Amino acid sequence: MTPMATARRSGIAAAGFSARLAGFLVAVTTTYLGLLAVTFFIGRVIPIDPVLAVLGDRAPASAIARVRIEMGLDLPLWQQFSIYVQKVLSGDFGTSVLTTHPVLEDIARVFPATIELATVGTAVGALIGVPLGVLAAVRRGSIVDQIVRVIGLVGYSMPIFWMALLALVVFYARLHWVAFPGRLDVVYEYTFTPISGLFLLDAIWQRQWEVLWDLVRHIILPASLLGYLSLAYISRMTRGFMLNELRQEYIVAARAKGLSDARIIWAHALRNAAVPLVTVIALSYANLLEGSVLTETIFSWPGIGSYITNSLQNADMNAVLGGTIAIGTVFIALNLLSDLLYRFLDPRTKAR
Amino acid sequence: MIANRIARHRRGLAATAILAALLTTAPCSFAATPADTLVIAWAIDDIISLDPGEAFEITTGEITGNTYSRLIALDLDDTSKVKPDIAASWTVSDDGLTYTFKIKSDLKFASGNAITAEDVAFSFERAVKLNKSPAFILQQFGLDGDNVAEKAKATDSTTFQFVVDKPYAPSFVLNCLTATVASVVDKKVVMEHVAKAAPTAEYKFDNDFGNGWLKTRYAGSGPFTARDWRANEILVMERNPNYFGEKAKLARVIYRHMPESGAERLALETGDIDVARKLQPSDLVSVASKADIKTTATPKGTVYYFSLNQKNPNLAKPEVREAIKYLVDYDAIGATLIKGIGEIHQSFLPSGMLGSIDAEPYKLDVAKAKELLAKAGLKDGFSVTMDVRSVQPVTSIAENIQQTFGQAGIKLELIPGDGKQTLTKYRARNHDIYIGEWGTDYWDPHSNAETFATNVDNSDNTKSKTLSWRNTWDRPALTKEAQAALLERDTTKRKEIYEGLQKKVLEEGPFVVMYQQVEAAGYRANVQGYKLGPTFDSNYLDTVSKK
Repeated sequence: MTPMATARRSGIAAAGFSARLAGFLVAVTTTYLGLLAVTFFIGRVIPIDPVLAVLGDRAPASAIARVRIEMGLDLPLWQQFSIYVQKVLSGDFGTSVLTTHPVLEDIARVFPATIELATVGTAVGALIGVPLGVLAAVRRGSIVDQIVRVIGLVGYSMPIFWMALLALVVFYARLHWVAFPGRLDVVYEYTFTPISGLFLLDAIWQRQWEVLWDLVRHIILPASLLGYLSLAYISRMTRGFMLNELRQEYIVAARAKGLSDARIIWAHALRNAAVPLVTVIALSYANLLEGSVLTETIFSWPGIGSYITNSLQNADMNAVLGGTIAIGTVFIALNLLSDLLYRFLDPRTKAR
Repeated sequence: MIANRIARHRRGLAATAILAALLTTAPCSFAATPADTLVIAWAIDDIISLDPGEAFEITTGEITGNTYSRLIALDLDDTSKVKPDIAASWTVSDDGLTYTFKIKSDLKFASGNAITAEDVAFSFERAVKLNKSPAFILQQFGLDGDNVAEKAKATDSTTFQFVVDKPYAPSFVLNCLTATVASVVDKKVVMEHVAKAAPTAEYKFDNDFGNGWLKTRYAGSGPFTARDWRANEILVMERNPNYFGEKAKLARVIYRHMPESGAERLALETGDIDVARKLQPSDLVSVASKADIKTTATPKGTVYYFSLNQKNPNLAKPEVREAIKYLVDYDAIGATLIKGIGEIHQSFLPSGMLGSIDAEPYKLDVAKAKELLAKAGLKDGFSVTMDVRSVQPVTSIAENIQQTFGQAGIKLELIPGDGKQTLTKYRARNHDIYIGEWGTDYWDPHSNAETFATNVDNSDNTKSKTLSWRNTWDRPALTKEAQAALLERDTTKRKEIYEGLQKKVLEEGPFVVMYQQVEAAGYRANVQGYKLGPTFDSNYLDTVSKK
């Protein structure tokens, strides 16, 4: 190929890349704006007076009027929205009425708690759910398959707050296997310094092994419950994807070639089922990252789910919008990540 | 074959076995709390500020009650009287307008600074000028941002003078001064942390009096200091070594946010918390039966009621109002739904307060109610709605009322909603029937008399929005009487006026008061001296210890 042609080829490729990047940025911006707009207008439309959260029920009418003006509630809706977007673009996410701290600070405090819980929960769900799904697919129709499906059905259908209380009665009150409530025992309140907010990592980083053990004992039950929820969904999807793969002709060919069962299932069929499975697991992870309010309430887990819910019940829109942006960002990031993983796992998508 | 299979999974089985062994034999990071720390589980999500000039919520009342001091405090042995706290003695001038307090000498704040009359004057000044929710308690005596420097001032370092605009009953003035808003803050410490503010039409001052800082920090002199507060998570109080009275027995008190009754019960039984404050009746009953757990209960100044908006033409008929009062099954509610957390009480002053009465003229009487409805021309009943918060026991009580109403032909539709949502609707007078509670603002009968019996201006844009106003109920005679009781300096005569007011409201008011709140708590048997006071800011913890 002539140098000119090569240059033009890479030029086109470069243009193609920047076009894709531009397209991506436009999509992301529209998503954010749409998210904010919808949440904002819902927040202003709900029949809750935001001033109540600031002043309570007993304030004199003059104070209420003053606070209404301070909060900008007397301006037209679109103006309130544009003021908010401008502030966000300059990095000011406002102050939470309920905690009196800047919303960014609050989110930096509560989001890591949910990230920890969601990560451990998804790990539990995936590490148990995928093998269970594979087992059910391989032994399709047998009693093992039925058992796995029932386990999944129970996890899917039972209300989580009921399961949580039941689990607490069994594993905490009777067996004393786990610790409760919160993330950490009050004893360590002043001996443990969080750095990132992800306590497990912070404890490992600072080599505080006793604290780490206590953290594990606190997180294991809520994470397992959320893991059970994820497992129900993941195992069903794995089973479906595996059944799909096991039906293919290359499986027959592999058997004919004399490969062992284990190799066929794990190294070949699962490898192919992994492609859609990754998306499923990523979605399941994103689901948990939204913050499971019920679990967080029962376990007194100071996560973003209860933060946003509490703020919404008090019409504290700065906090709700800040939380929405945080979660929206995570969703977009996870979508992007699973897209990239897709391209990595499935060579066919690489050829452009 | 099987042996082969097991052998293949040998490593996995071994790992599981080791993990299981670890979990059961590992040192349980004990299920008991440290001996010098009291861990209290409660719903602390209502705290929005720790500044006593701004705080008006239930939980904050308890915190400031333990961490700040006031001039005078409620006498817990006889709650119709007050006793000295920072003030050594006080006098009232003959014309009833000037109150002079002598401050005890050699008292210190937690910071080590001396407590002087200057600090008291500063505390009053900032509360009035900040004009937040509780400011009205001081402003109702004629204080405002312009005259507070003159009306509440330190005449010398140990004398504080408080001038009111009318010759109020001294009991009224003194009761109000026991409220949280009259807490004394450390002027030197607060002044180090003031932030500049731009004067506007509504707020005429150039600084925030330290409000931004004091929202989350502490500058007081009580038996405990407020060390740390993470919203909706935890609040830590520590013993104040500079407290002027008997030092607190515990080194630390930790409030953990646990709004779920079942979870609190499990943690209490296991010993991970020492006190559980949000137990529902069924959980209370089951923990009371455990050997290592005790319970305690005290009536509080909060009454639960439902009210009939007089805007609704059916509810405005006096026979209908009376009939409805006979359509509530007080006995059944008292015996089951509120067992342990409430006592049947039908008048608007909680028992224990000056002027309260025990009259319970109403009982469930469907026949009488039907008779009254027929007299009003509504013998086939009518339809009406009730806004109900989705919390217990409110929901159960509402359902019970729906059933008893139905027996007389009144079709009650329950509209469930969230706390703030139903409150917003109530404050806008958009309801038919509202079911809720009213906690007294300060331990004086005027607070409830004002809200249940006075309605100065029934129009939509009035400044004063009492509960009578919210229910569009207008009785000028009662308003006058309640305002006259304020100026009645003879305590016995004052008591009689309130007794009369309650009887009248019982007869003709749109309020059906059902019960008075009893606050109950479960606590571990090794906790000693744990008691709940009559008000939320008198749940004192300095005499509590652990064995």
